[in-house]
Amino acid sequence: MLNTSTKTPTGGFSFENTRRNAVLEANLSEKGYSAPNARKTGTTIAGLIFKDGVILGADTRATDDMVVADKNCMKIHYIAPKIYCCGAGVAADAEVTTQMMSSNVELHSLSTGRPPLVAMVTRQLKQMLFRYQGQIGSSLIVGGVDVNGPQLYSIYPHGSYDKLPFLTMGTVTFSLPPFFEQTQSEQNLEEAKQLVRDAITAGIFCDLGSGSNVDLCVITEKTVDYLRAYDQPVQKGLREGTYRYKPGTTAVLTKTVTPLTLDVVDESVQVMDTE
Amino acid sequence: MMISSRVFGDNGKVKEYHYTGPVEHKFSPYAFNGGTVLAVAGEDFALVASDTRLSEGYSIHSRDSPKCYKLTDTTVIGCSGFHGDCLTLTKIIEARLKMYKHSNNKNMTSGAIAAMLSTILYGKRFFPYYVYNIIGGLDEEGRGARDTYKAGGSASAMLQPLLDNQIGFKNMENVEQVPLTLEKAVQLVKDVFISAAERDVYTGDALKICIITKEGVREEIVPLRKD
Repeated sequence: MLNTSTKTPTGGFSFENTRRNAVLEANLSEKGYSAPNARKTGTTIAGLIFKDGVILGADTRATDDMVVADKNCMKIHYIAPKIYCCGAGVAADAEVTTQMMSSNVELHSLSTGRPPLVAMVTRQLKQMLFRYQGQIGSSLIVGGVDVNGPQLYSIYPHGSYDKLPFLTMGTVTFSLPPFFEQTQSEQNLEEAKQLVRDAITAGIFCDLGSGSNVDLCVITEKTVDYLRAYDQPVQKGLREGTYRYKPGTTAVLTKTVTPLTLDVVDESVQVMDTE
Repeated sequence: MMISSRVFGDNGKVKEYHYTGPVEHKFSPYAFNGGTVLAVAGEDFALVASDTRLSEGYSIHSRDSPKCYKLTDTTVIGCSGFHGDCLTLTKIIEARLKMYKHSNNKNMTSGAIAAMLSTILYGKRFFPYYVYNIIGGLDEEGRGARDTYKAGGSASAMLQPLLDNQIGFKNMENVEQVPLTLEKAVQLVKDVFISAAERDVYTGDALKICIITKEGVREEIVPLRKD
């Protein structure tokens, strides 16, 4: 059925802003500055199909070069009631891409009158990413349950995709697949959760770009369980000293007091319901 | 730059190829292995602390690679940056210490070691050692330097302002400026590294503190975040 509700751009590539960006970059470097770098999530994300559905896992650290910008960010994004997506790569790209997909998917499913398919989400994502020739730096793992059962796809920034029963992406992709080789799609929920947790924990400890907590999202035909901070393998160290400042510690350089003369015009009492 | 030109091949057929222009390959003799070092001195003590993580790129080479090296009973040096240069530099310093001991029949003082390090580093001015050094120690009379501190390495930009505030009492008014005691200094160093490990990806795993007093050099190890 031809879907006319979602806007597909006419023509091929849309590189409207590249010339402007090049000019800005040249102007800045003349003065000795450089354009800000896109913040990458430097991530570990994983997905796994088990007996009743699909589990998505992610760490929660966002880095700005090699400084931790956010210690507890959310990398598992909502796309549709039974479809969620993990994003790695440039944080803004992953966030905005998934939000756009979410709105497109809702319009599409209203137009078809059917719940969305994971394959449809994957196709729209890969077509958009290919259109931008890899300039949108987000790698995504899309997982969900639809009429065809639980499905898991990975999509790379240039627009290629894979459909697999287990997936890992992020900065340390090479160390995680061995974990998942031991998976079988007949695993039960607890074993599968444990396996994804182990994989993300390996990324948290061995990859400098990943850290803090493990987030899980379990999607089955009947329910969706978004387990934020399912596991916290690292504890923040306890500081021994107190670093509070007494009032008066900050130097006050100047002080100006402007009195406002006010007249009482009307007075009324309203009882607050404090129960 | 891409220049496409049509070339006629041997058999007269047109051969089209893309010439991408001269490509420059660069070999970098340096690598950045991360790590943070910190030194604080008080009236009668000095301490040199470092984390123990050795990293490269996004990976961790070792979780137990401390960056403080004991030179004499009164001096410890902290070296972070490129691990290859750190090892070579400390090897050279230790050899020079031995040579000094054999020709002058006494150990080098902390000040002398610092002056010697300066000449060693300047000797490689045009192919530098990629090492951030901090020397902490006591002088001949067993005195430290009152309320001095320095941070170096990957998280130094985060730690230095904090130390300026807590030890140097900068940017604060109406605060009693008590001289720094050993206990307070050790507590401060632990807290400051816990904070650095939160935000700097290169700092973590464990903290090693070398405490130098007139009794000698004592070590303390504190675990840090491993992620």
